[in-house]
Amino acid sequence: MKEMIERLGTKFNIKDINEHKDNQVFLTAEKKDLESVILYLKEFEKYDHLTMISCVDYIEDNKFQLTYLLRNYNNNADTIIRVFIDRENPTMTSINELWAGARVYERELKEMFGIDFPGCPRVDDAFVLEGWETIPPMRKDFDTKKYSEETFFPREGRSTLDPTEQMEKKMYPVEAEVKKSITKEFRENSK
Amino acid sequence: MITIGKDSKPDDKAKELQNEFFCEALPKEVAPINSKIVQKFYNWAQANSMWILAFGTGCGSIEMRPLYTARYDISRYGMAPRPTPRQSSVFIISGYASVKTLKRIVRSYEQMQNPKFVIALGSCTVNGGMYFDSYNTINRLDQYLPVDLYIAGCMPRPESLIAGFDKMREIIKSGKAEGANTYAKNFEWYKSNQKKVIKDWNMPDYNW
Repeated sequence: MKEMIERLGTKFNIKDINEHKDNQVFLTAEKKDLESVILYLKEFEKYDHLTMISCVDYIEDNKFQLTYLLRNYNNNADTIIRVFIDRENPTMTSINELWAGARVYERELKEMFGIDFPGCPRVDDAFVLEGWETIPPMRKDFDTKKYSEETFFPREGRSTLDPTEQMEKKMYPVEAEVKKSITKEFRENSK
Repeated sequence: MITIGKDSKPDDKAKELQNEFFCEALPKEVAPINSKIVQKFYNWAQANSMWILAFGTGCGSIEMRPLYTARYDISRYGMAPRPTPRQSSVFIISGYASVKTLKRIVRSYEQMQNPKFVIALGSCTVNGGMYFDSYNTINRLDQYLPVDLYIAGCMPRPESLIAGFDKMREIIKSGKAEGANTYAKNFEWYKSNQKKVIKDWNMPDYNW
């Protein structure tokens, strides 16, 4: 594994290498290198399976992190490649020609995060969100509750109970009452 | 209904051809029969031959499989799952319905022939259940389809479904199952609600 990382390091600019296990490594690659890194791993290091592509929305940094999980079945090694891309007009090179399975993930990322993968077949077709009009729902700035209330006619009278409080009240009513009065007194005094 | 304008796209022609398979007539209310005895006989007959549309719309359909098979065996009650909407009279909306599924639900419901009844299964159909804040599942089914009976729970066991069928039978026998008539009466309201949610509406208003 270490030799593989060294070999990879001589060819590409990789950083933030975290080895959590002997056969698992996380590393960050540059956006422009991504396709060649994956091609190198596939052709020369015999990585034979793209497990998945996932995305994290770092809204504070104005960035998306794409995560490519690759697996090598010959030595049971996992390599996880992170790539950071801009949050405004996010575009990424498609790897559907290396692994056809990537098409599904890329379509899903386009649907849920709005990341475009030019060249990926049927990338604009939605899986579930037929005729979606607002911003993609998995982005952090999308408020699902607000959207649901505006769109889906919420029924009034919905209440939620905190399970901890509810069970305390049910099983130890006296203690719960004492605890409540103590916390109330403590809060008032601390003010 | 798809209107074909002057600046029609090439695939509009396919849609136009598709339109020929649909009847454009809107649903009509069915008035009760004058003779009370005949109406009662009809109700009795309808209550004893409820055929279910085998369309699992949400996670609740997992509770419907044991119902069909040997363990709970609803054929004892004269009920059976049917593969097509045209042959079935009871539509069980089993659990949450996502917007994509709702479109199919509406089509299936409209293809069912009278008399038709809707049973809403699970708390998701009542008020959204645990998916109340989801961007893709509807909260209240009764805004989109006329619901005759709710079976609450998350998920209700097959026993409660059977109890629900008993209740449904009582409702039909007493002549209160007017779901299809309600749908025909408030057709525009139901359609407007459905179109508010289903954004890519590419089918006729009423297809059967």
